[in-house]
Amino acid sequence: MRTKLTLAALALALAATPADAKELRFAFQGDADSMDPYTLNETFTLGFLGNVYEGLIRRGPDLSIEPALAVRWQIVAPDRWRFHLRRGVKFHEGEDFTADDVLFSADRVRAKGSDLTTRLAGVKEIVKIDDHTVEFVTEAPNPILHVEWGSWGMMSKSWAEKHNAATPEAMADDQEKYTTRHANGTGPFRLVSREAGIKAVAVPNPHWWDNANKEHNLTKITFTPIASDATRVAALLSGQVDMAYPIPVQDIGRIDRNPGTRMLVGPELRTIFLGMDQFRDELLYSDVKGRNPFKDRRVREAVYRAIDIEAIRRKVMRDLSNPSAMMVGPGINGFSADFKRLSHDPEWAKELLAAAGYGKGFEVGMDCPNDRYVNDEAICQAVVSMLARIGIRVKLNAQPKAKFFPKILAPRVDTSFHLLGWTPGSFDSWNPLYNLHGCPRLGGAGPIWPEGARDRISQGKVNLGGYCNPKVDALAARILSETDKAERDRLIKEAWSMTISDIAYIPLHQQALAWGVREGVTVAQRPDNQFAWRHVRVK
Amino acid sequence: MTAIARLRRTIARVRDHDLWHDFTASRITVAAAAVTLAIVLAALFAPWITPQNPFDPAELDLLDAFTPPVWAEGGDWRFVLGTDDQGRDLYSAMLHGARISLLVGFASVLLAAAIGVTLGLVAGYSGGAVDATIMRIADIQISFPAILIALLIDGVARGVLPRDRHDELALYVLVFAIGASGWVQFARTVRGSTLVEKNREYVQAARVIGVRPAAIVLRHVLPNAMGPVLVIATIGLAVAILTEATLSFLGVGVPPTQPSLGTLIDIGQDFLFSGEWWIVVFPGVLLAALILAVNLLGDWLRDAFNPKLRKGVAR
Repeated sequence: MRTKLTLAALALALAATPADAKELRFAFQGDADSMDPYTLNETFTLGFLGNVYEGLIRRGPDLSIEPALAVRWQIVAPDRWRFHLRRGVKFHEGEDFTADDVLFSADRVRAKGSDLTTRLAGVKEIVKIDDHTVEFVTEAPNPILHVEWGSWGMMSKSWAEKHNAATPEAMADDQEKYTTRHANGTGPFRLVSREAGIKAVAVPNPHWWDNANKEHNLTKITFTPIASDATRVAALLSGQVDMAYPIPVQDIGRIDRNPGTRMLVGPELRTIFLGMDQFRDELLYSDVKGRNPFKDRRVREAVYRAIDIEAIRRKVMRDLSNPSAMMVGPGINGFSADFKRLSHDPEWAKELLAAAGYGKGFEVGMDCPNDRYVNDEAICQAVVSMLARIGIRVKLNAQPKAKFFPKILAPRVDTSFHLLGWTPGSFDSWNPLYNLHGCPRLGGAGPIWPEGARDRISQGKVNLGGYCNPKVDALAARILSETDKAERDRLIKEAWSMTISDIAYIPLHQQALAWGVREGVTVAQRPDNQFAWRHVRVK
Repeated sequence: MTAIARLRRTIARVRDHDLWHDFTASRITVAAAAVTLAIVLAALFAPWITPQNPFDPAELDLLDAFTPPVWAEGGDWRFVLGTDDQGRDLYSAMLHGARISLLVGFASVLLAAAIGVTLGLVAGYSGGAVDATIMRIADIQISFPAILIALLIDGVARGVLPRDRHDELALYVLVFAIGASGWVQFARTVRGSTLVEKNREYVQAARVIGVRPAAIVLRHVLPNAMGPVLVIATIGLAVAILTEATLSFLGVGVPPTQPSLGTLIDIGQDFLFSGEWWIVVFPGVLLAALILAVNLLGDWLRDAFNPKLRKGVAR
């Protein structure tokens, strides 16, 4: 009740002093799909909630690791990390932040329904030393234990339990929880209201622990999802929003030429790729019965060679993409310019298909988002016509991400061919090797993507094609615990050579970040495309 | 010889008819008819008079995307009106799109007319509780905008039908959605005519000699109620085409791999700011011309069937 009163008072204060109001109004092409920070491991949702919830660490504008809810940490034994928690931190609704909340958040992030289980992959035990000290015990030495914790927000145990939300809302079922619409973090901003798909409003947290060094001068943040590219651009040009992203590649010039707006363009760490079903005995949405063409490496190579990535770069991306031979881009540890894309060669592709016994081609359904990545649907349509030329008939199913993700992600994994993008949250190759290339099965053997147990998969959680190479898994395990940098990099390169020669995926490109901002607004553009409001100043 | 004579007689009869005089006297109507006919014929023969099949992904080349119209700088004679973002020839895509638009338009008007005329006849001839029920349903339905009902039907159909068959069934769903949202006008008009006709002497005479009600309705009442139906059908065609375009523009109509005029406009609007105006302008102009022409024809038909509005025409 008191919080509501404070809120009302704050709202009144805001309404009463419009002259001092520094409001940031921004638009994105989709919505944050849930306010539950563990429901969806997706950049925009994590980035949005990263303003409300905080992790033990946080990332600066240049992605450097900074202390956040942990003031410092030390490796007391190779398999044992000790974190000293910040004292005096309060959640937005007044609860004290203590070690119990860390333990609770750790249980919750690994609970059924969480999409972020990999944040604690390989953690055996978490020990509370005292109210402000916790230790993480790992199965094997893990030099990069904490690197992804910037997007693992700490939640209040008492608050979550009071609202019956001790386990996360699961993306795949429609069960809403209190945490779907409400948030209670320790971060610089607190959520005031949220209407799914319409708008969300946040205000600064007056009790934030880092207010002494705060950079921003905001009094209110209003977020509006605007799916239509043209409408989003028009909203920025007409001054209805102060910041909008992504700006469609075809409109970048216009935003820059317009006197009141400017563009921030930079390389993004995300890699866009195509995934192919390599585990089912029969493809979904296909006319091939009893066989799965994608299990044959020649078919995967044919698809690869049929795709004219230069045409996509020039026409769909208007030169704002960086065709990629790897599943990671420059800026990610483990990227190497030594790998080269397979050449574009439709004739060769046809021969490969014929050699594999699909001379007449085949039919397959393709899943594609239409509001997630830069020109995602246009890329998919281009892929459809390029594959048609070698005889593969693709039925395209392009949908908004709110429908796309639950369909293709675990536990449904209802896809045999899809377009997806991935930014390693740790900015290190182990993350995609484990999440995208790890064999998605329980234990060392057993079926891939076992029916009924798909939500328990952690290794290979986003390996929707079910690519499985035990040698890669073994390498990934060694990479995780190897502490010698040179040896570790060598192992990473070895793993990438394997997956690339297997054609586990078809990497397409790294897209460019394209943020449009109004003159007078300064923002920090992070290469992982997360928008941290705490760096925003509005004139 | 007799066939030719018969044809001559028919032509003479048509030329002698009031409607023909009315028609030829109005230059706008003649122009509207010519435009409609041209678009319908072009759409009908689209596969034979276009250089590309825009529905076949194998015929598209991404490298041709965003080619401007031939008279602009960078134009190409292969693509007279330019290409869209996927390298579809706009001229081909527009004609194939108009084909879908017209197909959906005609089919849904037929469906709406079939439902509406039947219900109107039943309501008007039976009277009583049947009449009241049917007309109250009609009243309820007309209090919602037609586009809303079409959206609702489309949404429910998408939820019910299996996901991988959506694309094949999209056209049928559209026809049903638009048809089912447009029957009320037919029902109301036909009911009105039926109420008037059923008390006429010839209907009473038929009843007296023991003709069955179904036969009376079909043989005697229906033909006399058809004039207004034709008018509503013509105007309804324009509305149906527009509804289809709206639904496709909103992304719930035909699949994007088989663009109708509405889908093309939807694709084109993303490129309005960036200077590729032709993607949205040409399909937009074609749609506007088609709707305007059909509406003008419908207006003229309404006036022609209404003697009170008939202008003095020299006979």
